[in-house]
Amino acid sequence: MMMTGTLLWLLPLFPLIAFVLILLFTYKKHALSHTIAIIGAGLAWLVSMVVFYQAVTHSGGPLMTSALNWLPTGETFLRIGVQLDALSAVTLFFVAWTILMIFIYSVGYHNFGAKRGVDDQPGLPPHGALIKDKNGHKHHVPSVEPMYGRFFALISLFAAAMYLLVVSNNLLTLYVGWEIMGLCSYLLIGFWYGKPSARAAAVKAFLTTRVGDVFMLLGLAALYTLSGTLEYQATLANPLMMAQLAATTSPVFGLSWAGLIGLLLFIGVVGKSAQFPLHIWLPDAMEGPTPVSAMIHAATMVSAGVYLAIRFFPLVSAGWEPGMALNPTMTVMAAIGAGTALFAATIAVAQNDIKRVLAYSTISQLGYMIAAIGIGAYTAAVFHLVTHAFFKALLFLGSGSVIHGMEHGVLHTGEHIDPQDMWQMGGLRRKMPATFWTFLAGGLALSGFPLITAGFWSKDEILTGAFGGGQLVIFGVLALAALLTAFYTMRQITLTFLGQPRTRAAEHAHESKPVMTIPLIILSIFAIGAGWAGIPEAFPGLGGLIPNWFGGFVGGMVHFEHHAETHSLVPLLTSLAVSLGGLLLGWLVYRRAGTVDPLERALGPVHTLLKNKYWVDEIYAVLFIRPARWLADVLVSDWIDRRGLDGILHGIARAGLWLGRLVRQGFDVPVVNGAGDGLANGTRSMGALLRRIQTGRVQDYMLLALLLAIVAGVLVIVL
Amino acid sequence: MTPMQITFILIAALTLVSAVMAVTARRMMHAALWLIATLMGVAMIFATLQASFFAVVQVMVYVGAIAILILFAIMLTRRSTLEADQASLGRGWIINALAAVGVFAALVTAVWAWPAADTALTELSRDAEQLAGLGQIIADPNGYAVPFEVSSVLLVAVLVGAIYLAVERKPQHGGRQ
Amino acid sequence: MIPMSWYLIAAAALFCIGLFGVLSRRNAVGILIGVELMLNAVNINLLTFWHYQIQVNAEPPFNALVFTAIVFIVAAAETAIGLALIINAYRQRSTIVANDLNLLKG
Repeated sequence: MMMTGTLLWLLPLFPLIAFVLILLFTYKKHALSHTIAIIGAGLAWLVSMVVFYQAVTHSGGPLMTSALNWLPTGETFLRIGVQLDALSAVTLFFVAWTILMIFIYSVGYHNFGAKRGVDDQPGLPPHGALIKDKNGHKHHVPSVEPMYGRFFALISLFAAAMYLLVVSNNLLTLYVGWEIMGLCSYLLIGFWYGKPSARAAAVKAFLTTRVGDVFMLLGLAALYTLSGTLEYQATLANPLMMAQLAATTSPVFGLSWAGLIGLLLFIGVVGKSAQFPLHIWLPDAMEGPTPVSAMIHAATMVSAGVYLAIRFFPLVSAGWEPGMALNPTMTVMAAIGAGTALFAATIAVAQNDIKRVLAYSTISQLGYMIAAIGIGAYTAAVFHLVTHAFFKALLFLGSGSVIHGMEHGVLHTGEHIDPQDMWQMGGLRRKMPATFWTFLAGGLALSGFPLITAGFWSKDEILTGAFGGGQLVIFGVLALAALLTAFYTMRQITLTFLGQPRTRAAEHAHESKPVMTIPLIILSIFAIGAGWAGIPEAFPGLGGLIPNWFGGFVGGMVHFEHHAETHSLVPLLTSLAVSLGGLLLGWLVYRRAGTVDPLERALGPVHTLLKNKYWVDEIYAVLFIRPARWLADVLVSDWIDRRGLDGILHGIARAGLWLGRLVRQGFDVPVVNGAGDGLANGTRSMGALLRRIQTGRVQDYMLLALLLAIVAGVLVIVL
Repeated sequence: MTPMQITFILIAALTLVSAVMAVTARRMMHAALWLIATLMGVAMIFATLQASFFAVVQVMVYVGAIAILILFAIMLTRRSTLEADQASLGRGWIINALAAVGVFAALVTAVWAWPAADTALTELSRDAEQLAGLGQIIADPNGYAVPFEVSSVLLVAVLVGAIYLAVERKPQHGGRQ
Repeated sequence: MIPMSWYLIAAAALFCIGLFGVLSRRNAVGILIGVELMLNAVNINLLTFWHYQIQVNAEPPFNALVFTAIVFIVAAAETAIGLALIINAYRQRSTIVANDLNLLKG
């Protein structure tokens, strides 16, 4: 058995090597590219499973680290290394599974093996190829993605970055992985770079997360300055350090240093995990291919944000015990988390694009997790992170399958409809059964359908934590958000799969290939079953039947989770009510929906508000983008650069020219030229003057000679 | 005023007037003739100086040869001086006159500055001239034989040169003019 | 009886007239006439001093006579050559107006 330390180092390496190999060698070869990528992801998955097993069976607290000296900093070294503890073990588990499933799914999503479309350009989504079947009929079928190799290279890099982030034992390499993921999300959201909307979305994603990252970097710097190291063991897992940071006050808002650093790091999380006010990039990120959406929004990137938040939980909760009032940073986290959860859920109700609903749903669920951390429900947050990854990845991949089916229908019928618009779908249950059932599983998990879905257990635990901790406002908000979640999920399922097909394209949709549906099935197993590993003991009936392995395992990370909470029935009943009630409402409202959303009329102007996402993007455009544009275009580019700097430069040039002209006309031409020309002209005029003596007439010469002789004679006589 | 002096004044006046006429005559023939008159006057002056040999030589060489030569040259170069109305003197002749006057003034001043200039020239004895002596001395190698020979060489050179210059060249065969 | 200065002044006057003629005459032959006058004036001077020398010294100065003879010779030679040149120039340029013979004009 290899040392865990070595295995951990290897984890990011496999996808990284896959990235390099694909980039350098197999770019053009489709089969080879995806093979290398899947081997990379597969090896990483294998090692993750081995490591997870080791972590689980390791006695005496799961902690294995391995570090090495990296940067010499004066007397000491900045050390980087890998670490395996309960949190990173469970994170590795779901990351490995979801990444592998997404990779396999992508092979089918990008139509591997299909013909290359004749109009297909790299940079634009493929739009079908013409083939002739054996009867000579021409069919439009989906064509293979022209940038196949590029896709697999980029998602391999993405996977490498996520693994790096998860296995690192210090905040620095976490930040490195964080930033690499930011880069990859930019590249992948803008994968189809020929589309202007994709390019804009990529830039938006990058810049919005960048805003958060700046504050995060400030927090890292502050932590490093105060504690001299960024390693988890020395800082976040060190109770003494945490207590000290909680005791000293920072100059900002009177927060303690722990609170301030926590707040700064939290802003980074807000950016990465798309919480209000930095949530705007996530819905636009749907411009990328669906596996990318699944990866970014379920398995990796947004999960990384929550992972970080969970990591620095000791920092924000330093000095806090369950039962106390929340300290300022925790209040901020809980407020933003719960608020975003409700905010996004309301928007999701009015969205018509199948992927957009899921995007807002992700924002909402992330809000749940952050709210959970904010109120101190550590284990609940981790639990929800894990289960959410599975069912959200499932839902996204399922939606990708639906879109694929719809695109096939569009190509077949030649209709010009948006294959992602739910109002063009309907009745796909019959056409795409595997997709339907797996999507249903995921949707029920998202809604928190009781008992048989993982989502129920994790969501219930959050609500319990909120209620039990006395945060009744948070509890209420989260419960309302859960109701809306169930509602819009059922809305989505009803519109897409149930009822009758609304368009001919929907009629002609057909099920996706096994390479796409098998990952769906695998993920749905987790979506259903993952919850059973964490049934709390206090649960009426089932509690205690299956030991709460998850609670025990992860609960060891924080020192106050060991006592079992009393389980009041209120949160349980509430979660049952909201989830079942929401599902029922959604089904009732939409089961006979034609082409018009009944909610539109019912909500009236509120619906417009929701559909336009509360006009947040527009507000930002006015508040930030236009001033920034103005600053760049007008102030800096025009006034400062062109008129100011260029003006100065032109002024200098003109001054130089003026000086040159001055010298030239004042001195060079009159004096120097003048002297030279004067000399020449003088000589010439002198010559012209004297030339008159040379008349050529002998008598004149004689006269001259005579005169001069007279003069000489006079002189001789006189002198 | 002795008769000799009056004679001399007359002769000098004749000579000078003729000289002026020779220099200012409009038509060259007249100028040449006036020149002959001047030369005769000069011969007379030689005679008053009792340089009788040279008086004769003057007449023979100057009048007899040189003046004739000048007449021939005038006759040969007639065409360009067909002009009774063309001026004989060039432009700005006043300046030349002034210059000449200046020279004259200078010479006169030089003469009067010499105290011995006023000595009267008396009549010499008959054998003062000693022509035989002249003849001997120009043949005497210790005397003036060399200048004599050189001058004869000069004359030969002049002769050859003048012939060469004056000969009209015939156009060559082939018409190279 | 005649003071020497008379002869010398007469010679000087003749010389100056000849000089004037040399400087002013348009016709080339006229210039030569002026030259002749000058040479004659020189001869007068020479013979005047010869007479004076005999009068003052006992010894007759033969160099004066030789000099005079040489002047004669040279005058003749120069006239011959000068006239040959003028005739040649006349042939080339059909003019003997001195002003027109100005190829040396600078």
